[in-house]
Amino acid sequence: MTIKEIFDTMDYGPAPESSAEALQWLADRGGIAGHYINGKWGPLRDDFASNNPATGEKLAGVTKGTAEEIETAVAAARKAQPTWAKSGHKRARVLYAIARLMQKHSRLLAVMETLDNGKPIRESRDIDVPLAIRHFYHHAGFAQLMKAELPEREALGVCGQIIPWNFPLLMLAWKIAPALAMGNTVVLKPAEYTSLSAMIFAEICTEAGVPPGVVNIVTGDGETGAALVDADVDKIAFTGSTEVGRKIREATSGSGKALSLELGGKSPYIVFEDADMDSAVEGLVDAIWFNQGQVCCAGSRLLVQEGIADRFYTKLKARMDGLRIGDPLDKCIDIGAIVDPVQLDQITKMVSANTEGETYQTTAPDGCFYPPTLITGLSPASTLMQEEIFGPVLAATTFRTPSEAVEIANNTRYGLAASVWSENINLALDIAPKLAAGIVWVNGTNMMDAAAGFGGVRESGFGREGGWEGLAGYTKPKGTAKPLKKVEAFTTEDGHPADPLDRTAKLYIGGKQARPDGGYSNPVYSPRGKLLGHASVANRKDIRNAVEACNAAKGWSKTTGHLRAQILYYIAENLSARADEFATRINQMTGGRSGADEVETGIRTLFTYAAWADKYDGQAHGVPIRGVALAMKEPIGNIGILCDDAAPLAGLINTMAPAIAMGNRVILVASEPFPLAATDFYQVLETSDVPAGVVNIITGSHAELAPTLAKHLDIDAVWSFSSSDLSAEIEKASAGNLKRTWVNNGTAMTPSTADYLAASTEIKNIWIPYGE
Amino acid sequence: MQTTQTPTMTTSQLPQVQMPRNDGMPLDLDWVMAVQANTSAIERRAKTLPGRRSVKKDYQAAWLCKAISLMDLTTLSGDDSKGRVRRLCAKARQPVAQPILEALGMEGLTTGAICVYHDMVPTAVDALQGTGIPVAAVSTGFPAGLSPFHLRIAEIGESVAAGAAEIDIVISRRHVLTGNWQALYDEMKEMRAACGDAHVKAILATGELGTLRNVARASLVCMMAGADFIKTSTGKEPINATLPVTLTMIRAIRDYEDRTGVKVGYKPAGGISKAKDALVYLSMIKDELGDRWLQPDLFRFGASSLLGDIERQLEHHVTGAYSAQWRHAIG
Repeated sequence: MTIKEIFDTMDYGPAPESSAEALQWLADRGGIAGHYINGKWGPLRDDFASNNPATGEKLAGVTKGTAEEIETAVAAARKAQPTWAKSGHKRARVLYAIARLMQKHSRLLAVMETLDNGKPIRESRDIDVPLAIRHFYHHAGFAQLMKAELPEREALGVCGQIIPWNFPLLMLAWKIAPALAMGNTVVLKPAEYTSLSAMIFAEICTEAGVPPGVVNIVTGDGETGAALVDADVDKIAFTGSTEVGRKIREATSGSGKALSLELGGKSPYIVFEDADMDSAVEGLVDAIWFNQGQVCCAGSRLLVQEGIADRFYTKLKARMDGLRIGDPLDKCIDIGAIVDPVQLDQITKMVSANTEGETYQTTAPDGCFYPPTLITGLSPASTLMQEEIFGPVLAATTFRTPSEAVEIANNTRYGLAASVWSENINLALDIAPKLAAGIVWVNGTNMMDAAAGFGGVRESGFGREGGWEGLAGYTKPKGTAKPLKKVEAFTTEDGHPADPLDRTAKLYIGGKQARPDGGYSNPVYSPRGKLLGHASVANRKDIRNAVEACNAAKGWSKTTGHLRAQILYYIAENLSARADEFATRINQMTGGRSGADEVETGIRTLFTYAAWADKYDGQAHGVPIRGVALAMKEPIGNIGILCDDAAPLAGLINTMAPAIAMGNRVILVASEPFPLAATDFYQVLETSDVPAGVVNIITGSHAELAPTLAKHLDIDAVWSFSSSDLSAEIEKASAGNLKRTWVNNGTAMTPSTADYLAASTEIKNIWIPYGE
Repeated sequence: MQTTQTPTMTTSQLPQVQMPRNDGMPLDLDWVMAVQANTSAIERRAKTLPGRRSVKKDYQAAWLCKAISLMDLTTLSGDDSKGRVRRLCAKARQPVAQPILEALGMEGLTTGAICVYHDMVPTAVDALQGTGIPVAAVSTGFPAGLSPFHLRIAEIGESVAAGAAEIDIVISRRHVLTGNWQALYDEMKEMRAACGDAHVKAILATGELGTLRNVARASLVCMMAGADFIKTSTGKEPINATLPVTLTMIRAIRDYEDRTGVKVGYKPAGGISKAKDALVYLSMIKDELGDRWLQPDLFRFGASSLLGDIERQLEHHVTGAYSAQWRHAIG
């Protein structure tokens, strides 16, 4: 076209970014991606191809890591770890150097990312690479501050990290930066489709003076990843699909390996009638058409208030028409290629299978591209409103009221992110805390930063990446826990009662004393063989009832910290009034003399968490926007707790007090050998204004009840302090709804107050940009 | 000297020549008050747009020529004289050196209009005789708009009588700041009527309106009252045309068209001095309003120094060598 013709048509024309330097970089290194272990390259094999999805051309051969190679890498990491953990300042210097070097090579990284993944160069250049660099800068600071600010924490050791293909370099940064900052060493496996930017990163590590063995990269596929999960590592950090996350949860169960999972999502994007509609439409471009929709936190479920829906859809369709799809290296392209034909096929199949609503699609070029798609008129029951598509497909429905918006938004197994659009601050700030999500954006979407934690609730996984809250996932309390011996109940040949007046110990469910569903009781004997009483033998139905009771007590989570504190103090007061009785009971059951101390400890613990109930504040993160990211500490929900066997009262209070202080509802399975302190304790609860269902007390066999708790899909966390060896079983069964687990792995855990509080809360980051 | 002018660069720059003018509509306060503008979201869109759109090589040259054709070449200084205005008009007729235009195949390119104070209208009209380039006059007590109302109306009439084809009026900012939308509507309507066949650009002075929400509402009220164009600034406010303000105003234009079917023009003025900025503005207009708005009847840059930078870029395109400011004729 002549200039005159262009003058008349005003087309954009091609604006290609050159791939020459990146391709030359690959050619100079033999065109093969492979392992970087102990600061050295190799072995390098052409086991499978890494293709440019936009053209289908092969970019490089990739080495498929074997179990032996994983072992070699883990051994190198193990060797390097103690020295690496010594000086936070030295780590800070290295992380800073990595950040600087990434900046120097930023265009190479961006072009390589686009070649390998198919994402528009605009995104890799303006978002992925700068955010990755920001993570290293930010975490250089955490390395520097660790000694002073986290004096009670230390590195986990060797971290195995498995990352997805949608943000190859960014996910690498999110994994490696915090791990290294806290003194861990890592073995990282990039995704099968996208290993190439990790190769540049490995070279940067050498240039930055990362000591050999501190960062190890092993390329490969799912089998390589599985070998890493099985290897001798102290933690697995995984980002990827919920399906694989579940397998990893099962595979690591009982291993004592720490685990963080950042999984799928079906994040709601809620538009209220008073929203700036044009801005909300533009936000959707960044929510669902960012990175071709291959984003775990993509705003993939559009919820529009009914009165504005037609107008909103009209505006949205017009905006979709303006999206430019094509060569990802073109600087004027909004939507690039889908990462691989396999993924394209998956998206295509899911959309083709849908028969509901109305589908609006723009067009896409031939090849591995999928057009921006909007499907309106769906309902929560529609498959496409429930299942993650991981493509540029937006599923839409309407709502009538704010409470209905929340109901539909939370009608999902996932809970990663959410967007709320409204010009009414009262409405927006009311809705944000009600959404089941780890991240909420008010009048915005897909805002991320190293200073704010990222991660979800429910089946979107657990753990946070970024911010102070992200450091917990790469540290542990200092010291080593002692092994825990099974505490056995006393048996007898005597069997005469200690007290001739029979006392009936029942279960305590929903604020009522309840007989066990099964109708069985077990005798409890003193060490001298006297019958102290009977304890109910609870079964799975009693657990079910207790969960129902917890759900009926949801209001507890919305009460004020002040109210919860008052109730905890009141429990302490009423326990204190009966201190002697409880002390005697404990001494009778255990045969020791520590009863009085235990009661006193329990009272102190209740005071401690009463004190914390209205003081465990969130944070306002300093994210680089005009606005704040509020890290709010929210209750987990329903927590099932297998209590300490050895300390029948203090152990129970240790877990109950922090959990309910933070607004959770609990199901406490009492000490198995010494259950009668717990059953006496419900009388204290009854007189202390604890709302029905907030605390439920169950007695019975830990081994029998643990699987029911762990499998229950409406329990959000299970803690086990039991002396029965149940950790593996609990963790394995927890994979069903990916509930949070906190288990002792056969050791006598002695968590700090901070540990208890952290386990009792989930951090939700609410991003609130402002400005008028 | 305009013998080489091509059909698309004719005199047909006024909306009333190509399509029905905006006759306005009754003031719809429900609509006005329902308008929302989320500042931070608008700023994000504006900030990321330059990274999302890019025009290179021949496309860039063509787009820069387009920017020239959409330019209201402006002088609004207290020391303007007839000689100064004639010089500017000469530049409007020949905005880029002829050899460069020939190399680009863009002979006959002129600016969209000349924009001057009332006293300079006859000089400009005379200097542009036969070129088809319209003369725009700033009016109504420009830039503050605080002279007696009847004088402001009279000023419009005089400028039209002197030959101005376009009148850039200033609104009373106080009506916006006090939420007196009826007063703004009435004022605008009367000014529009005073313009007769000359088309009217309503200058909102967005830098003095406080919020983007006010900008959006004022835009809408002026369109309801019959503005042919809405324009950001006089060039005399501390903050003039910006991308967030532009986005806010053109979204109002889009909504107005959706509701009424009438296309209203847009003119950012002040602060746009780089060729690269002009390209960003054009891409924003293209993406948010559509290609139809990339014509002089619906879009103008109000600019005085932008042309110089574009000339340098165009010479660079032709020669491959970076240019110098003194190689190009001043206006």
